[in-house]
Amino acid sequence: MEQVIANGLYLGAQYALIALGLTLIFALMNVLNFAHGQMYVLGGFITYTVYGQLGLPFVVALLASGVTLAVIGALMEKFLFRTVIRRSHREESTMLLAAATAFFFDAVILLLFGEKQRGVPKIVKGVFNDAGIIMPYDRIVVGALAIVFIAAFVLYMQYSRVGRAMRALAQDRVAAQLMGVRVDRYSMIGFAMGAMLAGVVGGLLVTITGVNSGIGGPISIKAFLMVMIGGAGVVGGAIAGGFILGMMESVGLTVLREYGDVTYLVIFAALMVFLSVRPNGLMGKPWG
Amino acid sequence: MINRRSTLKSMALGAVSTLALAALGISSAQAENKELKIGFVGVTSGPAAAWGTSNVRSMQTRAAWINETGGVKIGNDTYNINIVTFDDQKDPKRAIAGMEKMAQEGVHYVVGPNVDDGAAAVRPVAEANGIIYFPYAFPKALYQKPASNAVLGMIANYQSGPAIYKYLKENKGVKKIAFVAANESDPLSQRDSGVEAAKALGLEIVAQNDTYQNDTRDFTPVLTPIVALKPDLLVLSGVAPANAPLLIRAARELGYEGLISTETAQDAKVLEEGAGEYANGFISVGGASTPEIASDAMKEFVARYTKMFGEYNDESNTKVYALEYIIETLKADPAAINDVAEFKKTMDSFSAPNPFLKGDAKLSYVGTTSFGQKRQLSVPMVVNEYKDGAFQTLFVGSVD
Repeated sequence: MEQVIANGLYLGAQYALIALGLTLIFALMNVLNFAHGQMYVLGGFITYTVYGQLGLPFVVALLASGVTLAVIGALMEKFLFRTVIRRSHREESTMLLAAATAFFFDAVILLLFGEKQRGVPKIVKGVFNDAGIIMPYDRIVVGALAIVFIAAFVLYMQYSRVGRAMRALAQDRVAAQLMGVRVDRYSMIGFAMGAMLAGVVGGLLVTITGVNSGIGGPISIKAFLMVMIGGAGVVGGAIAGGFILGMMESVGLTVLREYGDVTYLVIFAALMVFLSVRPNGLMGKPWG
Repeated sequence: MINRRSTLKSMALGAVSTLALAALGISSAQAENKELKIGFVGVTSGPAAAWGTSNVRSMQTRAAWINETGGVKIGNDTYNINIVTFDDQKDPKRAIAGMEKMAQEGVHYVVGPNVDDGAAAVRPVAEANGIIYFPYAFPKALYQKPASNAVLGMIANYQSGPAIYKYLKENKGVKKIAFVAANESDPLSQRDSGVEAAKALGLEIVAQNDTYQNDTRDFTPVLTPIVALKPDLLVLSGVAPANAPLLIRAARELGYEGLISTETAQDAKVLEEGAGEYANGFISVGGASTPEIASDAMKEFVARYTKMFGEYNDESNTKVYALEYIIETLKADPAAINDVAEFKKTMDSFSAPNPFLKGDAKLSYVGTTSFGQKRQLSVPMVVNEYKDGAFQTLFVGSVD
């Protein structure tokens, strides 16, 4: 059982980090970024190239992933989403745009990096094996880094000037604008941060799970699941959603293994019941 | 008067004229050959892209090679090969659309689809439009009468599995076996036939219901309960090349020390990057590129593929064969170019040298034992063991 809990906690930390960027973009702009998984994949491939192929230090690769995705995110907000939001009053316009960018990224990633699964050398070797728990050291490092990143993100959002401005935007866009918050600027920074988070997680996890060009869609779906559990647009909700999903997956795969692949069936069924009772998730607000 | 401007003008005109003449020359040389369209309908995007991509690239490499050396002579005519491709995205509906596209383009020979449901879905279209197709999918109904247009392009798991388990039982002392499969039709059916084969050999099956979502990225929770059962052999039924290194790594990190095998083709580079030394000893089914058996033609194929696409894919060791069979069968019976009934007749007696294997190996159609008719390509059943970045031949079997 200790192993099952350890697996769940590790998965939860990794999932929470994946969901953070998605929920940030949703909170700021009311945009469901369907390309979040593809951004994760791109971040993974950048780390693969810089660390795995060019042999530069892992930290440099992680930085490259984060910075590249931040730039891409900023450009997407400025030239795509901002334009569409300004010209269209229909919310589905941004959803369609996000879906289109997801397909675009899928095609570009396949062209640039090919169809094969890619992996990089382990950042830390060895396996922790004590007290009934087996956990490779690189997972412990990645899990710890994920928690550090989550904490840093929460503190940044809570106490920095940019974070406060973004929270104001998330709470009430018009009121924030009337109070002098530069909506365009902080929307761009928020989108860049969301994309950067996706890139950094992709870079971090390429050391554990590798990366391939086709996993963007499934990653996005999982991220949406976590956001739905925790409540759309709430940072704490995304974190809670990540840990809940991680634990449900770990426990389900052990307890229900004799019944075949029913774990996700149970998770989806539970989610449907949960959402019908609490449609805004654990921490979501009815007004967004 | 000749000035700098007129000199430049003359040079430019000369260059354009030379290019135009060269282009005319090339096109007239190409025009001498007729065109033979061969189709590909399979998955070249998404998580299973590696399967179809290695397929289509093998075809494109071989076609370019043939065209570069003057085309292929079939009957009294010489043909350049044109590969017509369609990405079905592993979706049976799109596979049907792809096969319909092939019919509209007048293609009679199609390689693919890569998965069970796609191969089953295209059957009515292929049969109605006179198309012979070469799936990389295992349902027996596709190859047994009354079906007659599908030809299995590789060794099926129910053919290789028993041979592998028997070898491991006799040579490595395997007694307890566990199966894990993705929750999709191909891996599940491969698992079921693997379980049957293991039972027939008297092996103790300690796990057979464990499955995972094909898009799983972290397999530790999936494998934790299986590793605790301490099987001698862990079979990754129908595992996709993208998932194999992740499963191997998770099992080894959890302390699993037994053997790991699969009946699908894998790529050594992917295993090396994803699992490193943990992949040593991993057993899979390959084709013809291990040094022990590869001919010079196979080595040239690998070199051309690498030059054309930047990196070779070991899965192509088996996927190099389909186009070769189509061309050689058409050479044996030129009337089959537009008449698949002729092709079917020729399949029963067809035999030609296998260019990709050392020695006097032959290309021929097999499958009588499994399907009651010759609806399978005779591809060498090379069982490989991965070691330090490359495959080594464990043993070579055959199918009749």
